[in-house]
Amino acid sequence: MSDGDVAIDSAKDDNKDNNNDATSGGVNSGRRYFLIQATSAVAAVGAVGAAWPFVKYWTPSAKARAAGAPVKVDFSRLAPGEMLSPIVAWRGKPIFVVSRDNQTIESLKSDTAELADPDSQNPEQQPEFAVNAWRSAKPEVGVYLGICTHLGCSPKYVVTDNFEASGQGGFFCPCHGSKFDLAGRVVKGVPAPDNLEVPPYRFVSDTVIVIGEEGAA
Amino acid sequence: MKKLLLSILILLPLTAWSASTNNWPMEEFEGDLENLPSLQNGFQLYANYCLGCHSLQFQRYERTADDLGIPHDIALENLVFTGQKIGSLMTNAMPKEQSKGWFGASPPDLTLVTRVRSPEWVYNYLKTFYADADRPMGVNNKVYPNVGMPNVLLDLQGVQREICSDGHCDQLALDSGTGKMSAEEFDAAIYDLTNFLYYTGEPTRLERQRTGIYVLLFLIILGCFTYLLNREYWKDIDGH
Amino acid sequence: MDKTKSETGPTKLEAVMGWVDKRFPATETFEYHMSKYYAPKNFNFWYYFGFLAMFVLVNQLVTGVWLTMNYVPSGEGAFASVEYIMRDVEYGWLLRYLHSTGASFFFIVIYLHMYRALRYGSYRGPRELLWLIGMAIFIALMAEGFFGYLLPWGNMSYWGAQVIVSLFGAIPFIGPDLMEWIRGDFLMSETTLNRFFALHVVALPLVLCILIFVHLVALHHVGSNNPDGIEIKKNKDANGIPLDGIPFHPYYTVHDIHAMVVFLFIFCAVVFFAPEMGGYFLEKPNFDMADPLKTPDHIAPVWYYTPFYAMLRAATYPLFGMSAKFWGFVVMAGAIVIPAVLPWLDRSPVRSMRYKGLWSRTMLSLFVISFFILGYLGTQAPSKIGTIMAQICTTIYFAYFILMPWYTRIEKTKPEPERVTG
Repeated sequence: MSDGDVAIDSAKDDNKDNNNDATSGGVNSGRRYFLIQATSAVAAVGAVGAAWPFVKYWTPSAKARAAGAPVKVDFSRLAPGEMLSPIVAWRGKPIFVVSRDNQTIESLKSDTAELADPDSQNPEQQPEFAVNAWRSAKPEVGVYLGICTHLGCSPKYVVTDNFEASGQGGFFCPCHGSKFDLAGRVVKGVPAPDNLEVPPYRFVSDTVIVIGEEGAA
Repeated sequence: MKKLLLSILILLPLTAWSASTNNWPMEEFEGDLENLPSLQNGFQLYANYCLGCHSLQFQRYERTADDLGIPHDIALENLVFTGQKIGSLMTNAMPKEQSKGWFGASPPDLTLVTRVRSPEWVYNYLKTFYADADRPMGVNNKVYPNVGMPNVLLDLQGVQREICSDGHCDQLALDSGTGKMSAEEFDAAIYDLTNFLYYTGEPTRLERQRTGIYVLLFLIILGCFTYLLNREYWKDIDGH
Repeated sequence: MDKTKSETGPTKLEAVMGWVDKRFPATETFEYHMSKYYAPKNFNFWYYFGFLAMFVLVNQLVTGVWLTMNYVPSGEGAFASVEYIMRDVEYGWLLRYLHSTGASFFFIVIYLHMYRALRYGSYRGPRELLWLIGMAIFIALMAEGFFGYLLPWGNMSYWGAQVIVSLFGAIPFIGPDLMEWIRGDFLMSETTLNRFFALHVVALPLVLCILIFVHLVALHHVGSNNPDGIEIKKNKDANGIPLDGIPFHPYYTVHDIHAMVVFLFIFCAVVFFAPEMGGYFLEKPNFDMADPLKTPDHIAPVWYYTPFYAMLRAATYPLFGMSAKFWGFVVMAGAIVIPAVLPWLDRSPVRSMRYKGLWSRTMLSLFVISFFILGYLGTQAPSKIGTIMAQICTTIYFAYFILMPWYTRIEKTKPEPERVTG
């Protein structure tokens, strides 16, 4: 009885500090401290577990994933030097499919002086297979995500004279003036920090690709 | 008084709404969502015999194929309507207004039928079609009397007839040799079909139960700690 | 840590708190409501449910906000959007079941919380306002549940709401116009759905949160009652601290946290293994989309309204020139609000059932039993015997209140103790 009363009094009085003596008033502060820590740790695990469904809830739903499924693109009517029109969409974003003639292919190899990342060193911007001078699976066809890496505008296709020196075409972003060559490589000194993204794609036949899937043709 | 309250609670019936409205003796049905071959067979039966009229408009092919362990290319070839994608909802081209004229009511969507009725109801309903010349489609049903739906499984099951004695018609008999399946095969097929609809009613059921076990186990562990913590603090209090 | 405190001045945490406290009464508020709020040390099982109600409220708010992100409040889209959440959205099924099960558990917890007040006389002075605010919370909660129940746009949602809205048609003169005004249409329609949605997700949660805040302010002003029904403030020590009081924090925080875990275990067992609860928490006809041309075979509101629904149906005689329908409405509305006057009906010299006499104990028991029977009858299709039972139980329900001034005065009570008894 008296023992309990003492304990209550000590618990009530915030200013009195009994913790220096681990057993004063019958309180084993070491055990108490351990239990608080252990309970908090287990509860923290629970809190993370409880939060997880709420986080996952925001990820694309089955509906969104179905809408963003791979798309088949047939470019058999695309002549060299042209870009496929109307522009196709994959996951709701514009995809640029350009056909390149031999002269362009050659110049992509040589005209690299103005480019910021001519060798595609940022692995985020293209699949493994597109780390080459053309940034594509086949030199004569380029497939790029038509979203400027600066602030997300869609660049325009410029057939010739995007580059004064070579007279080559490329992509020009009207929003803030970023320039890309015909392999989607960004030039130096413009706001865009990276080359245009290359989506995953694979050839089904010579003139049909599936965007959104990688793998052997 | 506590005991009295408890007994009242226990006396409450377990289900608030009984599924059947007539006196046909229902056979029991126990779904098994881990029996993938059964579900796959049910899916195939559904795609072949039911999906033309009855959509599963809330369920996607892709999810169904994944849950049932069917590779996408096989599903696309055998189970998905032409022109639909693997990610599509399982809809059909049944015109709502016209079909009303054909059957008296447009065929309902069946995604949730096992939750609206019950799996038992569906199982017994599909097994109790019988020949009845008075009905427009020539068939009637024991579980759903005067239903407008034709017996689409007739060629599998064969012709069933009512057996009446003393004015009670509470038995059905099969004209042997009229169906492609034996009675046992047909029962198994209907089991699979019902099992599949049991799955579409709540495709997350297994995931729900599996997650539940982990959650409850975790709560037991957490409960031990909160119990000890509580007891530790209450040592301070007189009389505890 | 503690040793260094006196030697080296305030710790970092204390410094931060000092900065905050100069600008916001953080420590003061914490002490007033938690560490220096002295609650009676003899709380028992029945005292968990206030805290648990708060916990369920948080669950409803959080899961509700998340569900709103994918729910479509339209006649065409509502039902499909619920199934979309159940199937296509990651963990949508879990959040939906947490919300639907939470609704039922909210009422379980609130009914137990209210029963506690009846058992120990927690509505008696000086806690009349606390009780009235609680009643307002109960009515707001009923409205919140009712509006929310329409949202899945299942056939039971539709016809259940139809029946409840039709109740207002029983009000003389203005009834029919009032019904049309509530629905905004000549039948339950998308217009009705949209306004119910707005009320369910914005207006009533706001009202509930404010009322609960006020409820807590009132509670901490007058102090908690306890199973003995005596004022712990009568016996204070030299520092003015009640001798039978203990600081809410840490003693009741650790208590309530443990109760929460036990509660969560039961709650999760339902969520993960029986979310339909045999058709009581999620009713079968509600898996059919709303159809204005087809009523389900048997309409019953969700279980938490069925006691009152049974009382509504128990009124079968026209009286004083008014229809039975009108009296049904009066009986139901009366049954919901009559507990509000309890503080002025109870004339007993003691608060707690522990010291009240046989009359009070019997009446409370009968009241609880009749409430259960009414709840059961409300889920069943109307029948002759059922109606008679409901009439008897309705009479008992009201008798508990109306006869209280009489039976609490005549019965022999036991003397209250000076100090709380464990």
